[in-house]
Amino acid sequence: MAEQTDYREPEPGRGEEFSPEAEPLNSNGQNSLLEEEEEEEEEGEDLFTEATEEVSLDSPERDVLLSDGPSPVTPPASLISPHLPHNHLYTHCSFDEMEEEDTPDLFDISILVSDPEKVGEGMNAYMAYKVTTQTSMSLFKSPQATVRRRFSDFLGLHGKLATRYLHVGYLVPPAPEKSIVGMTKVKVGKDDSSSNEFVEKRRAALERYLMRTAKHPVLLKDPDLLTFLECSELPRALSTQALSGAGILRMVNKAADAVNKMTIKMTESDTWFEEKQQKFENLDIQLRKLHCSLDSLVCHRKELSVNTALFAKSAAMLGNSEDHTALSRALSQLAEVEEKVEQLHQDQAGADFYLLAELLADYIRLIGSVKGVFDQRVRLWQRLQDSLLLLQKKRDAEAKLHANKPEKLQQARDDIREETEELEGKVQQGERDFEQISKTIRKELFRFEKERVTDFKEVIIKYLESLVQTQQQLIKYWEAFLPEAKAIS
Amino acid sequence: FCCDPDNLKTSTRSVSVDLNNDTALIIDIPDALCERDKVKFTVHTKTTLSSFQKPDFSVPRQHEDFIWLHDTLVETEEYAGLIIPPAPPKPDFESPREKMHKLGEGEATMTKEEYTKMKQELEAEYLAVFKKTVQVHEVFLQRLSSHPILSKDRNFHIFLEYDQDLTVRRKNAKEMFGGFFKNMVKTADEVIISGIKEVDDFFEQEKTFLLDYYSKIKDSTIKAEKMTRSHKNVADDYIHISATLSSISADDSTAIKKHFEKLADLFEKLRKVEGRVASDQELKLTELLRYYMRDIQAAKDLLYRRARALADYENSNKALDKARLKSRDIPQAEEQQQLCLQKFDKLSESGKRELTSFKGRRVVAFRKNLIEMAELEIKHAKVMLTMIYRCLFDNAYAIMKLALNVVTSRPFP
Repeated sequence: MAEQTDYREPEPGRGEEFSPEAEPLNSNGQNSLLEEEEEEEEEGEDLFTEATEEVSLDSPERDVLLSDGPSPVTPPASLISPHLPHNHLYTHCSFDEMEEEDTPDLFDISILVSDPEKVGEGMNAYMAYKVTTQTSMSLFKSPQATVRRRFSDFLGLHGKLATRYLHVGYLVPPAPEKSIVGMTKVKVGKDDSSSNEFVEKRRAALERYLMRTAKHPVLLKDPDLLTFLECSELPRALSTQALSGAGILRMVNKAADAVNKMTIKMTESDTWFEEKQQKFENLDIQLRKLHCSLDSLVCHRKELSVNTALFAKSAAMLGNSEDHTALSRALSQLAEVEEKVEQLHQDQAGADFYLLAELLADYIRLIGSVKGVFDQRVRLWQRLQDSLLLLQKKRDAEAKLHANKPEKLQQARDDIREETEELEGKVQQGERDFEQISKTIRKELFRFEKERVTDFKEVIIKYLESLVQTQQQLIKYWEAFLPEAKAIS
Repeated sequence: FCCDPDNLKTSTRSVSVDLNNDTALIIDIPDALCERDKVKFTVHTKTTLSSFQKPDFSVPRQHEDFIWLHDTLVETEEYAGLIIPPAPPKPDFESPREKMHKLGEGEATMTKEEYTKMKQELEAEYLAVFKKTVQVHEVFLQRLSSHPILSKDRNFHIFLEYDQDLTVRRKNAKEMFGGFFKNMVKTADEVIISGIKEVDDFFEQEKTFLLDYYSKIKDSTIKAEKMTRSHKNVADDYIHISATLSSISADDSTAIKKHFEKLADLFEKLRKVEGRVASDQELKLTELLRYYMRDIQAAKDLLYRRARALADYENSNKALDKARLKSRDIPQAEEQQQLCLQKFDKLSESGKRELTSFKGRRVVAFRKNLIEMAELEIKHAKVMLTMIYRCLFDNAYAIMKLALNVVTSRPFP
């Protein structure tokens, strides 16, 4: 009997899919890295000599970045170098050197966030998460550490890292978003599937956040990160309104925008940066579009799951009502199958979300960080230009003075000389900073692209495995049902 | 939008068992045309019966002609004891039309390929609705042609043979009957059912069963429809995901490029199969339930007609008693009572036969469709599994190759 549907078998795979093709490594990135490494070994710079203030959580970026207006007189050098407490071990070690130290350990660390527990009642309640770190690296005091942290602790950590590393060009992974609605539901004590989902979503996000941060070779060595992972008691954040990852980025970007609007556009001498910036703009748009489609998929699959469950119940009722015994039994079996299928759809929707959608969301936020460091580089360039301009003015003034009455205005000449020298120093520093950030960004992007490839590959495989699982189960369920249907007589 | 005859010829009556087993009268709808809202069916008859003028002929008919035929059969007193096959529902292109509208609105946000694929999906849906409506009209006629009594109906023959527009005849019929009996049944059924004391166990059971079953199957039909629609939505989402993955892959220059390409390809392949799963489920499950829901309504209608006949009989008894009391018009009352009794007995006898064969038909149809649905689900799942395995292998293979490259070759040129 011909089939109702004009179904055709898909064409058998062609051999080309299995033919080996060389996957070229990113040779560009590799080469420049090589050059950079050779250079660094010669420099041995000391970026920490000027480390002074510790920035409080209350106003991390505000003072640091926004006070740095278009025409500063002497921006403190501490603005440019990363902040660390004065008594720190690494005071006399440059960042570059730190990386080259090449930790004798392999990168071997696993961080788990688990066991969300509600602490307290009412609007003051919060969720505490268990953070378990397992590692063989010597950086850590012990191979295993377990601590309890709440969401604002994570935000506090991120705030510190961002303050320290973002404006020298390091891609600090953004912290998960705050959510007033989600959290309120949890506080109020609604124990339903949506607030459970929210907690699970947050738990997974926190875990990914920590792992991503730990994977960064520089951030891993940060004492605040280590404290976060190891110490049982954390000093509570000074401000209860810890800034979210997005909040910090917004400020960084806002500052950058403010500067861009006021001064001249940067003449990009390095096309690499221009290319990369464009590429990331495009990628951002595409990832957002993909994320949107995935959201839709998750939504529809959940709908499918709900509707399948409703149908299952209805089929069971129909089976009960049916007076032909064998058919009645078959209908009940059908109801059971559909119930199992409902669970499959539910699980698949979970995979759609936690594997694909959340990964995309993470990368969209990470690209935000990338944009942030690009902008920061432009700001440094701006500052350099401003300094150069000032220097030129001073030199002109000096020359003029010199030309007029050399003997009488010795004091004035001395003053100007002093100022000129200071400005020359500033310009030199500005040039060094700009070069440094450019170098750092190149390295960071190279690392970022590598990590992106790894992340996506891993997730794609996991996702495909989830698809496999679903189809295998479907086959199992329907094959079990078939004899039941055939048994109707 | 015209339906290709070849496409339709492959159709089988999925909800009813083989109806064209009586070779004396074979009916089918080999093709149909869709103009705006109106569908024109070509009804083709092959017959060895002498009551027809030709052995092989075709006529064009509209949906309203089918309704006319159904209504005249329902109104025919003679057929009161039969289950009249349910009228085919009106062709409903609402769903694909709505989708077409949405597609038009969203055109700007999609790439060219996405739009093309969505359009293809839409065309497939139109075609599916089309096939469904043709099938359901065909089955209606085939039920009639395979019924020993109904196949001989004069109006049925007119429907099959009259080579002019039936519209005029339809209007006359409406004026004559005015849909009286039909309306009567629809509004009074609950009263009739509850007020009558059932004398026959068989019918008592049938009544209880059919009333309950009807509400359950109606619910199941609605839920099944929602389920298949959700499934279609999922398949459509795959289109967008595949398209975006393709564009990302095109712009990418890292090792990820190949993976996204393959994943995009997989989603595109999967969505076709998922679409099939949804439409197969619709045909074998939703349409099955929908059809028998309407069939059960027809069976209920038979019960109501019989219940009414019983009421008439009881009234005639009362009238006879009254006549006897008044010693007036007794012979007329007796005659009336006899007529009512005969009618009632005839309905009961015929009704019992019809309902028994109905149950048999229903069980067979459910069996056939449930088996076919399970087999198709298994088949589609296996196909999808193969596709996913292939993609998985390609991905893992690529990773392996990359690892080998790093290990065996010099990393820097």
